[in-house]
Amino acid sequence: MSDTLIAFDDVLASYDPAMGLEVHVELNTLTKMFCGCPTEFGAAPNTQVCPTCLGLPGAMPVVNRKAVESAIRIGLALNCDIAEWCRFARKNYFYPDMPKNFQTSQYDEPICFDGYMDVDVDGETFRVEIERAHMEEDTGKSLHVGGATGRIHGADHSLVDYNRAGIPLIEIVTKPILGTGAKAPEVARAYVAQLRDLIVALDVSDARMDQGSIRADVNLSLSPKGSGVLGTRTETKNVNSLRSVERAVRYEMSRHAAVLGSGQKILQETRHWHEDTGVTTSGREKSDAEDYRYFPEPDLVPVAPSREWVEELRGTLPENPTARRARLQAEWGFSDLEMRDTVGAGALNVIEQTIAAGTSPQAARKWWLGELARRANEQGLLVDALPVTPADVARVQALVDEGSLNDKLARQVFDGLFAGEGTPDEVVAARGLAIVSDEGALSTAVDNAIAANPDVADKIRDGKVAAAGALIGAVMKEMRGQADAGRVRELILEKLQ
Amino acid sequence: MSDWTRKTAAELADALAAGETTSVEITQAHLDRIAAVDGAVHAFLHVDAEGALAQAAESDARRAAGTLLSVLDGVPIAVKDVLATNGLPTTCGSKILEGWVPPYDATVVRRLREAGLPILGKTNMDEFAMGSSTEHSAYGATHNPWDLDRIPGGSGGGSAAAVAAFEAPLALGTDTGGSIRQPGAVTGTVGHKPTYGGVSRYGLVALANSLDQVGPVTRTVLDSALLHEVIGGHDPLDSTSIDQPLPPLVDAAKQGADGDLTGVRIGVITELAGDGWQPGVMTRFQESVDLMVAAGAEVVEVSCPSFVHALATYYLILPAEASSNLAKFDAMRYGLRVWPEEGASAEEVMRATRDAGFGDEVKRRIILGTYALSSGYYDAYYGQAQKVRTLIARDFEAAFEKADVLVSPTAPTTAFKLGEKLDDPIAMYLNDLATIPANLAGVPGISVPSGLADEDGLPAGVQILAPALADDRCYRVGAALEAALLKQWGAPLLDKAPALEGPSA
Ligand SMILES: [Zn+2]
Repeated sequence: MSDTLIAFDDVLASYDPAMGLEVHVELNTLTKMFCGCPTEFGAAPNTQVCPTCLGLPGAMPVVNRKAVESAIRIGLALNCDIAEWCRFARKNYFYPDMPKNFQTSQYDEPICFDGYMDVDVDGETFRVEIERAHMEEDTGKSLHVGGATGRIHGADHSLVDYNRAGIPLIEIVTKPILGTGAKAPEVARAYVAQLRDLIVALDVSDARMDQGSIRADVNLSLSPKGSGVLGTRTETKNVNSLRSVERAVRYEMSRHAAVLGSGQKILQETRHWHEDTGVTTSGREKSDAEDYRYFPEPDLVPVAPSREWVEELRGTLPENPTARRARLQAEWGFSDLEMRDTVGAGALNVIEQTIAAGTSPQAARKWWLGELARRANEQGLLVDALPVTPADVARVQALVDEGSLNDKLARQVFDGLFAGEGTPDEVVAARGLAIVSDEGALSTAVDNAIAANPDVADKIRDGKVAAAGALIGAVMKEMRGQADAGRVRELILEKLQ
Repeated sequence: MSDWTRKTAAELADALAAGETTSVEITQAHLDRIAAVDGAVHAFLHVDAEGALAQAAESDARRAAGTLLSVLDGVPIAVKDVLATNGLPTTCGSKILEGWVPPYDATVVRRLREAGLPILGKTNMDEFAMGSSTEHSAYGATHNPWDLDRIPGGSGGGSAAAVAAFEAPLALGTDTGGSIRQPGAVTGTVGHKPTYGGVSRYGLVALANSLDQVGPVTRTVLDSALLHEVIGGHDPLDSTSIDQPLPPLVDAAKQGADGDLTGVRIGVITELAGDGWQPGVMTRFQESVDLMVAAGAEVVEVSCPSFVHALATYYLILPAEASSNLAKFDAMRYGLRVWPEEGASAEEVMRATRDAGFGDEVKRRIILGTYALSSGYYDAYYGQAQKVRTLIARDFEAAFEKADVLVSPTAPTTAFKLGEKLDDPIAMYLNDLATIPANLAGVPGISVPSGLADEDGLPAGVQILAPALADDRCYRVGAALEAALLKQWGAPLLDKAPALEGPSA
């Protein structure tokens, strides 16, 4: 059964959206939050476990200092206050992939609180207020076997991998984001994108949304336009790409409006996001009174970061991403539109690195936002997840600049790089892609083209230089593209004038 | 030939050092004693004869090579079944953990091994340490060696009975609200609950994390001090363990044994005496106080008004923590798994397993704790209990300004009959009235036998409490009292216990 939706513009005529974003960031510490087990992604199931992260009777947690450090650095970068004293708390609920049937998290004493992030959308700045950023441990991972959907419903049995259990997480929770109107979906996306940039700059996480090291939950509600009364919200869980964040907000706004418009009430519930179909479906009903029976974790002592340590960590913060963008735009001479596209495509870092490797800003932008963005889109990846590095792009452009490749050949080099055929130079050599600079062969090809197209040749002789294009095409075809089109044109005109 | 089971741990260590015996001989003697009497006492849930003898043989080899690990190297010990032992079953007295063999050692167990003490086996207890009689063990009650129809105290009745019945010279217990001290009192043995954080809890299957402590269960104060020095001290695996050296405990016990308490101020707690306390227990307590005065101590009356709320506070904090601790027993990874029907879901298996695997007392406390932590009740119950806890700690602080140690009878009565209070949880809970405040405040306390009550001829105990980190005071005063009483009795109290079937009878 599909949801009834209302056109996005019509939603805004009647309602104001309110959003809340909860982003989980998996830290890249070497060991888990409360034990010494390694955190490496992709190990064989249940090989990175010990009595503590398996929840064996008697085992006890010990806080990972590096995780606390990362939490504080994230908090500082989000302009948060850092608690002088805070505790972990147990969040009690039963679930098979939770080893202790409680999650060690933080409740009313988060380590970071009251911050903000300024988010840019189309040149407009929205201040997203951060309520808190707290530390917690990840759960294990259930694999449901035998069902059609991979979900628990209909599955024959389930397997649990506890390698992920106990991986340190930072949960970053915004205050309600109001006043974004039609830009709500883009603000949500830009917030997560900027947060991701920040996490990358802080080097505290792999920041791979596709691997789940950054996961977003999107809370959304609508209120009648101008009323200022928050409506009932839904929480869409595990939205795992920037594009999906935007789509999920857009979808839920349209769905909420349709439900409210028909005089019904929004059910407070969690919803599942379906990347493939672009819809949300009902999850479990959730009430505000959902009772996790939080209480302070009695096996841990309070975390009390000294002010000296906090200030020391403040000194390690990277450049603010917004300031950095302004600086780079000026350095590169990009227009506002070019810069917005660059940021939107998540290509800021790769372009910066490509320029650092010697490519002109416009050439770097052309490749990453053109050919490579197109390929990334086809594969559902972000440009920085492609099997092509900034160094590769810089080398390809260098070959173009020195006349060894043209754009068409360069695209074939990228084919080779995507196919894992080695470095750009190896691909050029193996595929024989270099432009032929043998004047003799080129001259013969031009002669052949003139002979085969006497009408065109006559036109050129009569001064209709524009007709040369048809002959250039014929020559390039005979040369299998491996010729410098400019030189071909010169030769044709030399011979016919 | 000596009966090695009648010796104290200190005497065994001396005999080993003098070459009068071997660890294998001592260990075998205790295994023989267990074989002879444990059918009647049921102190043990699991006996590891093979392992203990192998460890004893290694100890003898070390002695021959001159590479001893500690003073107690070669002296065997029993371990309460709530402590994880690598390769040995650990059930916590519960069906839900039947057959579970931990892949790791609790820190205290590792320290026993590193000190060379052969481990005889695991001792019986109330399920998950919930009880004062060991009747709540899923594997049957332990019997008091003084009277097999009576309870040995709890939850650590197995460890106390093993030591009282000469099945082991030493045992480890755990004390959440009196589970070391109260069994000590009703079996005529010594038990010490260390300062909270003084002994690692890593590998102790938690009942109530903020109250639990591991401690020694022995027949003499000196033996407790010797064992405490083996197991105590900072452990990086337990974040709540205190990162500073233990005070000299053995020295304190030896100093106390000289019998001089000149200048020591003894505080008698007004709230822990009076109506409802068994007269014979109070008589023995008063005599003990008199003996301490005779040894030079000064007695002061101290009032701890918040203590009257200790029991209620305890029965909110303990179930709250326990309800969460026990959630992990869900049949997913270890222990019992009950399938209610073919194709049952994980949730249904969890429910059926917990229903079948937990006993009534455990379920009672899970329900209490779940309620106390529930949204809307937290502030009124758990939150309020934490505040009262602070008041109790302040009462202690004020009392310790007037006195160096505080004393009271360890338990209000001597051992009651098996089954007598099983249907009356409140009556059962009242047994721990005197012991609970120390756990709430984290201060140390030792229970020392004070003699036999006139009414029933059963043992009673005196509890000596000291400020946090001052465990040495418990040992000094405890040893002084023990020495004075021994002089009066002419022989250890346990010599008056009835002989059980077996080689020592
Ligand atoms: Zn681990």
